[in-house]
Amino acid sequence: MQTPTHGIDISALGRDKRSLRLADETVAIEVPQLSLFYGQKQALFDISLNIPKQRVTAFIGPSGCGKSTLLRCFNRMNDLVDGCRIEGVINLDGTNIYRKGEDVADLRRRVGMVFQKPNPFPKSIYENVVYGLRIQGIKQKRVLDETVEWALKGAALWEEVKDRLHESALGLSGGQQQRLVIARTIAVQPEVLLLDEPSSALDPISSLKVEELIYELKAKYTIVIVTHNMQQAARVSDYTAFMYMGKLIEYGDTDTLFTNPAKKQTEDYITGRYG
Amino acid sequence: MISKDSHTQHISQQFNAELEEVRSHLLAMGGLVEKQVNDAVIALIEADSGLAEQVREVDDQINMMERNIDEECVRILARRQPAASDLRLIISISKSVIDLERIGDETTKIARRAIELCESGESPRGYVEVRHIGDQVRKMVQEALDAFARFDADLALSVVQYDKTVDREYKTALRELVTFMMEDPRSISRVLSVIWVLRSLERIGDHARNIAALVIYLVRGTDVRHMGLARMQAEVRGE
Repeated sequence: MQTPTHGIDISALGRDKRSLRLADETVAIEVPQLSLFYGQKQALFDISLNIPKQRVTAFIGPSGCGKSTLLRCFNRMNDLVDGCRIEGVINLDGTNIYRKGEDVADLRRRVGMVFQKPNPFPKSIYENVVYGLRIQGIKQKRVLDETVEWALKGAALWEEVKDRLHESALGLSGGQQQRLVIARTIAVQPEVLLLDEPSSALDPISSLKVEELIYELKAKYTIVIVTHNMQQAARVSDYTAFMYMGKLIEYGDTDTLFTNPAKKQTEDYITGRYG
Repeated sequence: MISKDSHTQHISQQFNAELEEVRSHLLAMGGLVEKQVNDAVIALIEADSGLAEQVREVDDQINMMERNIDEECVRILARRQPAASDLRLIISISKSVIDLERIGDETTKIARRAIELCESGESPRGYVEVRHIGDQVRKMVQEALDAFARFDADLALSVVQYDKTVDREYKTALRELVTFMMEDPRSISRVLSVIWVLRSLERIGDHARNIAALVIYLVRGTDVRHMGLARMQAEVRGE
């Protein structure tokens, strides 16, 4: 029966629309089962998880728990490490990225990565952004100019640098450099953005700006972020995975994980009781 | 000094949106509760048992709103770690919903009495007092919420002050009703019902006062509960 409410707004009655369910999401990256070894030492144990499309997924856990290692698997950065061996598959849009004949350079275009320390090239701001396009052989000035503008706007940096595009990128502040690196990464239109501690070298305000940027970018990209900063994970992510000693302990929507985690280990870690 | 716009200036737009949302949910709940106070009093005075029934039904929605708003507050605390005025905002919202929900409970008690009195027929005495005090406490609830919406500590202070007047009138009304009962013992049970209603209204005034005190805490950062009026006034005026 409909109870009369006299035209008073009772929208507060509705359950929160933002609460998310992993099971309802479209999968961007599927990890059915994955183990990773550095020489004899096993670093990841039977990880299985799905990264949802156009959401922010955060990996948290103590140092050495394997969160960065797992992140690097997504664009095969671990290939560069001697003695690193992987058992299992990772499917990006349904295709195993570890299959024979995979074009790793193209994979890394599709799955861009931003590191802890901003690493702009010692070139102008403009050249930093178009670097990837130049490698692809794109020469038309109009295309390059347009890319610079939308990528810098996308990275919330355009207003601050539009009058000095041809000055050295090294003259920017740390926070600006990190947003420039993000602009450089999105300039090649990746599908996935991997962020490895993107704001741990930044002051709190720059770090909030990067977080706000991440929030905006998820409308277009699937984002996976590794962070030491639990509060950052809580603020910025839709889903959170807690890892410990190479194992995935708990993975679920961020609201639940931070208000009512299922596992004791997760609870201990997020409440600062982890010994 | 914080203003009602200070919660919309975070770097994180999402945080702004969350604070704004929970605040507007509180005010929506407040609007509904205020309407309930009004309806319950009208149901009693006009012997409208349909309206009384409706008050009791709407209370379920108020309870649900309390839960939802609390859930939002918990989520913001867990995910945003609000500080300073943001923290005070969340704390005062999560405490205010408790008072609003209890006002809701009091209105259902009044509605129950209204239904009983309807059934027993006859118009008993004491309705003038009910109407009068009812109007006063409804205005208190309304102004406490206004103060919340506008971050207005002065208005909140006047609500707290007004509670004294209501308490005084409540006592006067009680004395009068006791006289009725002495004059005509047959009316005792009906007059007692009216006394319970007045008691509920007086409690609603207390809850409105609590919300007003939370507004002062929100705006000034000082906890003014259990403080004498004079000291409270000094706090609000920053003396």
